[in-house]
Amino acid sequence: MSAGPVLVARGVGKRFPGVQALDRVDLTLFPGEILAVVGENGAGKSTLMKVLAGIVAPDAGVIELGGEPVDIGSTRHARELGIALIHQELSLADNLSAGANVCLGCEPRKHGFIDHRAIRERSRAALARIGADYSPDVLVGSLAIGQQQGVEIAKALSQDAKILILDEPTSSLSLAESEHLFAVLRTLRAKGVSIVYVSHRLGEVEALVDRVIVLRDGRNSGELARGEISRDAMVRLMVGRDVVIERSASTACGGEPVLRVAGLRTAAHSGESVSLAVERGEIVGIAGLVGAGRTELLCAIFGVDRPLAGEVWVAGKRLAAGRPQDSIRAGIGFVPEDRQRHGLFLELALQANIGFAALAQNARHGFADARGEAGLAREMMSALSIRASSPEQIVGVLSGGNQQKVVLAKWLATRPRLLLLDEPTRGIDVAARQEIYAILRKLASGGVAILFASSEMEEVLTLSDRTLVMHAGGIAGELAHDELTEEAVMQLATGSARVGVTP
Amino acid sequence: MKKILGIFGLLLAICALTSAMNPQFLSAYNLQNIIRWSALFGVLSIGVAFVIITGGIDLSIGSVVGLVGCLLPWLLVHHGWGVAPALAFVIAVSLGIGLIHGLLITKLRLQPFVVTLCGLLFYRGYARYLTDDQTQGFGNGYAGLRTLATGKPCTMAALAAIAGGVATVFVGFRLYARRGTAHGAEQGRPLGVALAFSVLTLVLGTTAMLFDVPVVSEIRAPTPFLILIVLGVLASVFLNETVWGRYLFALGSNEQAARYSGIDTDRMVVLAYVLCSLLAGLGGVLFALDVNSVQPAMHGNFYELYAIAGAVLGGCSLRGGEGSILGVVIGATVMRVLYNSINLLEIPTQLEFAIIGAVILLGVIVDELAKRYLAKRRRERERG
Repeated sequence: MSAGPVLVARGVGKRFPGVQALDRVDLTLFPGEILAVVGENGAGKSTLMKVLAGIVAPDAGVIELGGEPVDIGSTRHARELGIALIHQELSLADNLSAGANVCLGCEPRKHGFIDHRAIRERSRAALARIGADYSPDVLVGSLAIGQQQGVEIAKALSQDAKILILDEPTSSLSLAESEHLFAVLRTLRAKGVSIVYVSHRLGEVEALVDRVIVLRDGRNSGELARGEISRDAMVRLMVGRDVVIERSASTACGGEPVLRVAGLRTAAHSGESVSLAVERGEIVGIAGLVGAGRTELLCAIFGVDRPLAGEVWVAGKRLAAGRPQDSIRAGIGFVPEDRQRHGLFLELALQANIGFAALAQNARHGFADARGEAGLAREMMSALSIRASSPEQIVGVLSGGNQQKVVLAKWLATRPRLLLLDEPTRGIDVAARQEIYAILRKLASGGVAILFASSEMEEVLTLSDRTLVMHAGGIAGELAHDELTEEAVMQLATGSARVGVTP
Repeated sequence: MKKILGIFGLLLAICALTSAMNPQFLSAYNLQNIIRWSALFGVLSIGVAFVIITGGIDLSIGSVVGLVGCLLPWLLVHHGWGVAPALAFVIAVSLGIGLIHGLLITKLRLQPFVVTLCGLLFYRGYARYLTDDQTQGFGNGYAGLRTLATGKPCTMAALAAIAGGVATVFVGFRLYARRGTAHGAEQGRPLGVALAFSVLTLVLGTTAMLFDVPVVSEIRAPTPFLILIVLGVLASVFLNETVWGRYLFALGSNEQAARYSGIDTDRMVVLAYVLCSLLAGLGGVLFALDVNSVQPAMHGNFYELYAIAGAVLGGCSLRGGEGSILGVVIGATVMRVLYNSINLLEIPTQLEFAIIGAVILLGVIVDELAKRYLAKRRRERERG
């Protein structure tokens, strides 16, 4: 790295109402390196990336590109300067072809009309750089999520991006897709592209990047060079203390299982069926790779999706298939994977959200118990330490961790005997995560049966009394508390081992 | 609450402007007519509000008004049906229409716009075919039935005194029940405003009853207005106090989240369309009784747009999840007052739609700007 830095940010500051998102942050990026920016949620990573991409204007600080101070100002200018941000949520037009997306906004023209042949040629070249094996004529909507991300990267490359910023690029990718992305990023690095890589997944960071910058509370909290990068070192800088994974003792009570699932088949994996049981007070984790069928399984048990076949029994009673209202009456609560889409009414007040699932339960002659609801909301706010100004605050303005607690509170209000959770701590910071673990453990020790699916290995290791590992729609194996190791899970999850499964 | 005060302000402004330019506006006869017609359109607006709150739309209202308006005199006069079976039949028809809309939208996943647009065309065409495009009416008969639309059972003053009294007792009781609870004060504010309005209504009503105030004491309350008050209170209680009402709002806010919370969302959507068509049918009965001369090709044309405009003016968001009955009723009244003003001020009637459109657009723009201004001020205050 003899050349000077391509990008230097010095003393960047940004204040949002009520919070100093960035406080004198420095960042230096060299040509042909992959730099990771890590930190807890709210540490300022996303804001910093938005500043670099011209989406957010900083209040203070200087940004230099190739030694020249620049005022980025807008995303368009950022692109002209060769900086491209690839968001967590992709910004592609599903109904256009891959080629049209690659050239979107800078279509080659001939006599004032779009030159389709030039689009095809230019996008084919760009797609080839990322090793794509599909034609530029394919509709983006029909591509897998990993391939769509490839289109987005190709789009940036076709506009001569020198600096590529990726914000949580693997959060919805499968393992194979992630590996492919890493290979692409390494190739690009070899060709001199500089990459800023923002991720929660420290394992990936460890494997991929050349240098790590850690942010904490909007400030630089440290930097790690290639040789120093390790998960522990990063976590220490992120939270400012050592974190040990603490596994609590099982609280399973035995006896008649609260949940018994027999021969459940879902449309996504019609060839495989799942049978399982969860006892009172037991926390059962479902591990597996993305696409293994965990979400489909939970949705089928709860009834938001109708299974193809199979039976669900709760406390000795069989549930009618595909009827969530019956599941709730039987005492099931379900915290879905996507809280904003499936869990919350973002424009409604905290108390309306918290009281919603229990509305019918607490109603008298069909009339909602408004006063009870306010009390309930206050009770839940203190029990789960939900940080909000009042029960009347709109849920949409809360942080991810607090929103997740609201979803949890909504179900606790129904006093469930079985709680299903899909990615219980997705996208929330370490502190809130620990709080949620403590809440779940406390529920279990109170006799609630818990079945959760998670992609985060640490979460499975921390929380489960017993772990089911799913692979391609079926249960590849079951690991008891003392057999549970990362390696054992990965072997089952990737299908390289299969252990006898108890029905 | 702010929205309701805003639209109420707009109503008062239009009234003040018109009465300043033509004192005729404030005559007892004119006010009585405005109240009657506002009430008739208010019934339709309440109906469509249910659908809009769930995030849907119903374009067939005007045609349902037309169909029901034709059917009722047709059955009574041409076919000699009794009043009760004829009424039961037309109400059942409107119920069935709502049910079909709801089922097509939920079970076949058709878009509400398309389903109800087809309804708009179908019911109009069918009404014209049934009646052979002949004007329908009740003639001089059915005087008793017609008082449902044309009757004036009591003075407005008495009605205001009674309604204000009942509201005062009711709101006062709720405020009293809140007293002492930890956060009673902050929640009590909208209730306090409601109490002030109730007492004001009671006092004004009683004054007008006891003393012979010119004009005010003369105004009599049309029966449709009484019907509107009853329907409005029922609808308001249903939407805000019952579990189903809360489900409707939640459904409009986020249908998926409602489904994941165990709500039978399809059933709630069907319910909303049934209520909408039912009220459209009821409105159709009242309109027909009122005009007594129903032209199958014309009767009720554009009424769905008046109803929707009233609901939107009154604070319903077409995205769903927002709206209040009181606002919707005031919104419907604004529409009628505008119409009346255009007539009284001798503005060429050809301009009618243009003016109504311009005023609604202006109202929506002012609302949006006010919202942004308030949000900006809040942000600045938070920043300190």
